[in-house]
Amino acid sequence: MLHLALFLIFGVIAVAGAINLVAQTHPINSALSLVVVMAALAAEYLLLGAEFLAAIQVIVYAGAIMVLFVFTIMLLNAGAEEHTRGSKVALIIGVPGLIVGSVTVAWALIHAHTGAEVPVGSLYGSAQDIGHLLFRDFLLPFEITSVLILIAIMGAVVLARRES
Amino acid sequence: MIVSIIKILVVLFVLLTAVAYTVWLERKVVGHIQNRWGPTRVGPFGLLQPLADGLKFIFKEDLTPPYVHKFLYILAPMLALTCSLIAISLIPFGNWVTVAGVSTPLQITDTNIGLLIILGITGIGVYGVALAGWSSNSKYSLLGGLRASAQMVSYEVALGLSLVGILIICGTFSLRGIVDAQTGTWFHVIPRWNIFKGQFVAFFIYLMAAYAETNRIPFDLPEAETELVAGYHTEYSAMKFAMFFMAEYSNMVTVGCLATILFLGGWSGPVFGPPVLQAVLPIFWFALRVVFFMFVYIWVRGTLPRFRYDQLMAFAWKFLLPLAIANIMITALVVALRS
Repeated sequence: MLHLALFLIFGVIAVAGAINLVAQTHPINSALSLVVVMAALAAEYLLLGAEFLAAIQVIVYAGAIMVLFVFTIMLLNAGAEEHTRGSKVALIIGVPGLIVGSVTVAWALIHAHTGAEVPVGSLYGSAQDIGHLLFRDFLLPFEITSVLILIAIMGAVVLARRES
Repeated sequence: MIVSIIKILVVLFVLLTAVAYTVWLERKVVGHIQNRWGPTRVGPFGLLQPLADGLKFIFKEDLTPPYVHKFLYILAPMLALTCSLIAISLIPFGNWVTVAGVSTPLQITDTNIGLLIILGITGIGVYGVALAGWSSNSKYSLLGGLRASAQMVSYEVALGLSLVGILIICGTFSLRGIVDAQTGTWFHVIPRWNIFKGQFVAFFIYLMAAYAETNRIPFDLPEAETELVAGYHTEYSAMKFAMFFMAEYSNMVTVGCLATILFLGGWSGPVFGPPVLQAVLPIFWFALRVVFFMFVYIWVRGTLPRFRYDQLMAFAWKFLLPLAIANIMITALVVALRS
């Protein structure tokens, strides 16, 4: 019962944050709404029993990646969005379209009848379990991901270098 | 439930008093380093000075400049203070005690991932600084806020990596578990603290990263008076400034408590006497080490000049980070070869 209540509360916070992200005109407000969404998702992970993942979500996503987003917005001094005619048209077509799309997807998912249910707390939670998964069963994807990240870092450094 | 509420109130009261008297200690110690007295007039040895400062902050005019982004301007100090006060709830101060038939650990909550939660909370604390700098809508604040958030994010990496050696040795993220792995002595003389188990280099990396995280000299360029007026809290007055002030000092206290738990064995020390004394002595040993850390913090503040910003960032990325990674590799090698 408490689990259901907490799930609903954090779910509502996440969705409200996401809607606010799109509705705000100033990019910094959008970035902070995204931080709220990340924190609510971390709470949902915690409810599922994935404690290590919840902590890592807060540390990496909300505490480092989003800080860099906020940093960029502050440096570039992006102002509030302007409301042109095109954006008003997009609003009139987009919002009902989005509502229809989400209702269709939700209906399809609810009636999918896969029958697979996971009891709360049965997922791999502790750091030891995730360590076993990452470094034994999924070692190759892990190493390839780290090479990919290295390539991305090098690409960013090369692109941002001053022409000398 | 009642026990938890009592623990929260006691810890909060002790933390806020510790913050106030860390300010007193700083003013006295820095004063003596600079060959002057520090506060001496308000009460004996200036001991009531924090009370006078608190009253001053409450009575000051709390003005909000008209050109700030109101919501973020008010949110930033609240965020900074909240994050720094929450982190203390995971820190264990001593063993289990039994008072009036109720047995409770001297810790508000004990989780399996206590260390990770503290790292996460310090990560969120960066937002308080960044948003304060940006929402104040002034060039000194913006520069100070940007510099502070870049510095804090960079040194968080070195901080986290320096703790991985401890995790490899102790095998658990839980803070109480880490202290329990450091009980006992070698040859009845040398205590089994993590710092003697080969984490000496990690201790110094942690210390330096912690000085940078809390924006203290030699890493206090974001709030240096001669450089940036007052950095990210230039436009704040009275209670909001007091919140930033309290957040900085309570971050210092939390960092000192963490260093004690992770490297210096927590509350280990000779315990003797009647049961009342046996319950209180571990807290005394813990507090002794934390006060020692505060003294080192203040001592370094009074002695060293500050880093220039590019020196600061180069130090984090080109020195501390490779050193921390080397520490992890050597620790992992030794632990693997031993078992």
